[in-house]
Amino acid sequence: MQITVNGETREVDVEEDMPLLWVLRDELGIKGVKYGCGIAQCGACTVHIDGEAVKSCQVFAGDVWGEVTTIEGLGTPDALHAVQAAWIEHQVAQCGYCQSGHMMLAASFLSETPDPSETQIDAAMSANLCRCGTYPRIREAVKTAAKMMREG
Amino acid sequence: MGKVGTIARRTFLIGSAAVLGGVAFGYYMYKRPAANPLLHGLGEGEAALTPYVLINADGVTLITPRGDKGQGAYHAQAALIAEELDVDLAAINVDPGPPSPAYYNTALSSEAVPFAFYDDGFLAETMRGVMDAPMKFIGMQITGGSTTVPDGWEKLRVAGAVARETLKAAASQLSGINTTAIKTENGRVILPDGQEMTYEELAPVAAGIAPVTKVRLRGPDEWRYIGKPMQRIDIVAKSTGTQEYGIDVDLPGMVHAAVKLNPRQGGDLIAFDAAEALKLRGVSDVLQITGGVAVIADNTWRAFRGAEAVSCDWGPALFPPEQEEHWTALAQAIETGDHDSRQRDDGAAAEAVQGGIEAEYRAPYLAHAPLEPVNATVWVQEGRVDVWTGTQVPRFAQAHVAEICGVDAEDVHVHVLMMGGSFGHRLEDDVVRRAAEVAAQLKGTPVKLTYSREEDMLHDFLRPAALGRMKGAAKAGQVAAMDYHVAAPSIADSQFAERQGLGFPGPDSTIVQGAWDQPYAIPDYRVTGYRAPKLAPVSSWRSVGASVNGFFHEGFLDELIHEAGADPLEERLRLCFHEPTRKVLEAVGEMSDWSGPRPAEGVGRGVAMVASFGVPCAQVVEVRMTGDGLRIDKVWVAADVGRIVDPVNFDGLVKGGVVFGLGHAMLGEITIADGRVEQENYDLFEAMRMDRCPDIFVRGLETGEKIRGIGEPPVPPAAPALANAIFAATGQRLREMPFARFVDFA
Ligand code: FES
Ligand code: FES
Repeated sequence: MQITVNGETREVDVEEDMPLLWVLRDELGIKGVKYGCGIAQCGACTVHIDGEAVKSCQVFAGDVWGEVTTIEGLGTPDALHAVQAAWIEHQVAQCGYCQSGHMMLAASFLSETPDPSETQIDAAMSANLCRCGTYPRIREAVKTAAKMMREG
Repeated sequence: MGKVGTIARRTFLIGSAAVLGGVAFGYYMYKRPAANPLLHGLGEGEAALTPYVLINADGVTLITPRGDKGQGAYHAQAALIAEELDVDLAAINVDPGPPSPAYYNTALSSEAVPFAFYDDGFLAETMRGVMDAPMKFIGMQITGGSTTVPDGWEKLRVAGAVARETLKAAASQLSGINTTAIKTENGRVILPDGQEMTYEELAPVAAGIAPVTKVRLRGPDEWRYIGKPMQRIDIVAKSTGTQEYGIDVDLPGMVHAAVKLNPRQGGDLIAFDAAEALKLRGVSDVLQITGGVAVIADNTWRAFRGAEAVSCDWGPALFPPEQEEHWTALAQAIETGDHDSRQRDDGAAAEAVQGGIEAEYRAPYLAHAPLEPVNATVWVQEGRVDVWTGTQVPRFAQAHVAEICGVDAEDVHVHVLMMGGSFGHRLEDDVVRRAAEVAAQLKGTPVKLTYSREEDMLHDFLRPAALGRMKGAAKAGQVAAMDYHVAAPSIADSQFAERQGLGFPGPDSTIVQGAWDQPYAIPDYRVTGYRAPKLAPVSSWRSVGASVNGFFHEGFLDELIHEAGADPLEERLRLCFHEPTRKVLEAVGEMSDWSGPRPAEGVGRGVAMVASFGVPCAQVVEVRMTGDGLRIDKVWVAADVGRIVDPVNFDGLVKGGVVFGLGHAMLGEITIADGRVEQENYDLFEAMRMDRCPDIFVRGLETGEKIRGIGEPPVPPAAPALANAIFAATGQRLREMPFARFVDFA
């Protein structure tokens, strides 16, 4: 089957029910997307499908309905997305393992909600888990990213 | 970030820190410096060289032997070396280096002696020095106990200074100019006429001369990095998905493995049937290993699916199969009266508490559950084994792999990778041993073993469950007496003796850590620890014994203060005899305006202070009753680490520690039923999420005499401060974690 990831269409030969997470990580070698729980609890596996944040451990390869974007497609060290720039500015990461998922979630949330309230940020970002407890900085970084995105 | 892997051969090593790491700490029998592991394979004549600074064609590489599990250890270690070496942190590589006794942890041994952190008397200091020798002898290259900064504070700066001075000496030899006229800056040596030489250019000469070991360390007013906000060296990689973790290892020809282990931790495999698994696409093999099977496949998910398809007959649990039996065993340990330690016994506590109050406290088992499940990649070749993994104990892993694969330890090359969290989980090397068992059966093929989340949590080594029984009395408006008894299974027995073969004589001080060593002068005061018989396998969990005793001790102290009718903060200050601890209590009082207007109806504030790993940390928590339950609005924290290396990282670690402490106090528990852990994933082992995360205000104090780490100390005070706040708001006293069993949280 074919799957378009970060603007590139790739051919993969996998079972229909292989979760997108493992297609990305093990078949396509895209390692920024992480495995944490496999049951939609942690969000470390969050990617975008047509711009919408989804938990890739919950999407079967056969069901992928649009273009997939991973953290590598969001921005790179040389060309940062606003969310990544804000994450660097606030030095959010500790172990960092959850952060790709958090940034993907934040990017899609902010594209829908450009000027979020604190409560909206908390509600949206609670879909994901950070065992290191970086929430206070994630909160600040989301606000900074929102401002950067609004100001273009 | 530095590349992972072997260090290039054409490399020049400079300086002599191993010697200084030794002489700085006193006199021992075993005082020869450990051999420099970086010299392996290098030529003659390069004898007394530093294990921390490496210069080759790729530039300057700083060796940071303490593993990074998210606490910024690589960054902190690099900053300490760079401070003296005069290199730009953005322009250097870091490499965790090979496992080696040269990287033994001095500060950890200081924690192992039975003296409270505030005791700097002759005996305590002498014992700390003596403990250092055996630590060095067994080469405890361990990341833990919040020791990375204390351990590296001197030796890493000295390593940087020795390397710098030796590079200057090399420049002097080449130019004929006296070293006093030579400066260093940004990886360069600068001569008086402005001529510059890079460290890389000078390295071959520097490697050929005797290292300059007489160095003066710079003072605080000369520091460029220490104490200033820095950008952590791993922050860009971790903000762009480009950081490599153990789970991301990919080697040509590598196969993927998953395990199915006896869900009754440590139990045997009796028989198994792999027929269904072997029919699945991509599954190539099912191998027997200790306590279960490993399924080999061409991708992780296929291996997971294969493991589910194997049917197994399991042996029974090696410990009581029901949780209730564990509580009974803990209570019985106290009731027998046969104690393991009594490290505090002031006045006549047993008599003085008569007629006072009593209480029982409980803390459940907990899982570490770092977000990256444990994993290891092992490749067995003829005469050589390579291991890639995130570990806090590379030397233990190396020794075990050598044993399993039947090779010498020096032929096992452990490549330590960034850890996606640990909280103590990666102090265990179980996953590495299992991966080695698999790889030994598939000689020539690299094997990456990834535990599913469920296998990770079923086979974690838990934070001990513990039970406390206390009595106490108040007199004339003051806390007068406390008789504190606590029972827990022993980490020393389970983690060190049973799994690492390191039996330590004497009491297990982790059972009473965070209680006996608190700087309070209660006139009649006794702390007794009881070692429960073997229960579930237990291990070090972020802040170890203080994670239990912090709650028990500060919770019960709060009850006694209430009994006395005193103010919780004032009375703690009155009881406290340690000046830096008083300062952190005063700081949270001021930050939270404790003595200001009383909080509104339905709002409660609680204070707690726990000193752990030498760091007094005080917290005030504010909760509010809402229609949906209790809401934690604010937390004020003050901690004194003696000296803050990087205020930005300090602030982050404190906040993270508070979230970790609060989240587990509210929600976390592991229970045993039918001999197995009942919580296999995050749906049942819940943690705090952002919607419940309070605003956290942090102040770092630098009044202490010694430099300390901040990875663990913010955890223990969070639970009691929360319990005490809930009492203030509702009148309900919580004596058992998790609190969500007794109250609702909004
Ligand atoms: S791995 Fe998908 S939500 Fe945890
Ligand atoms: S930074 Fe470690 S899990 Fe979030």
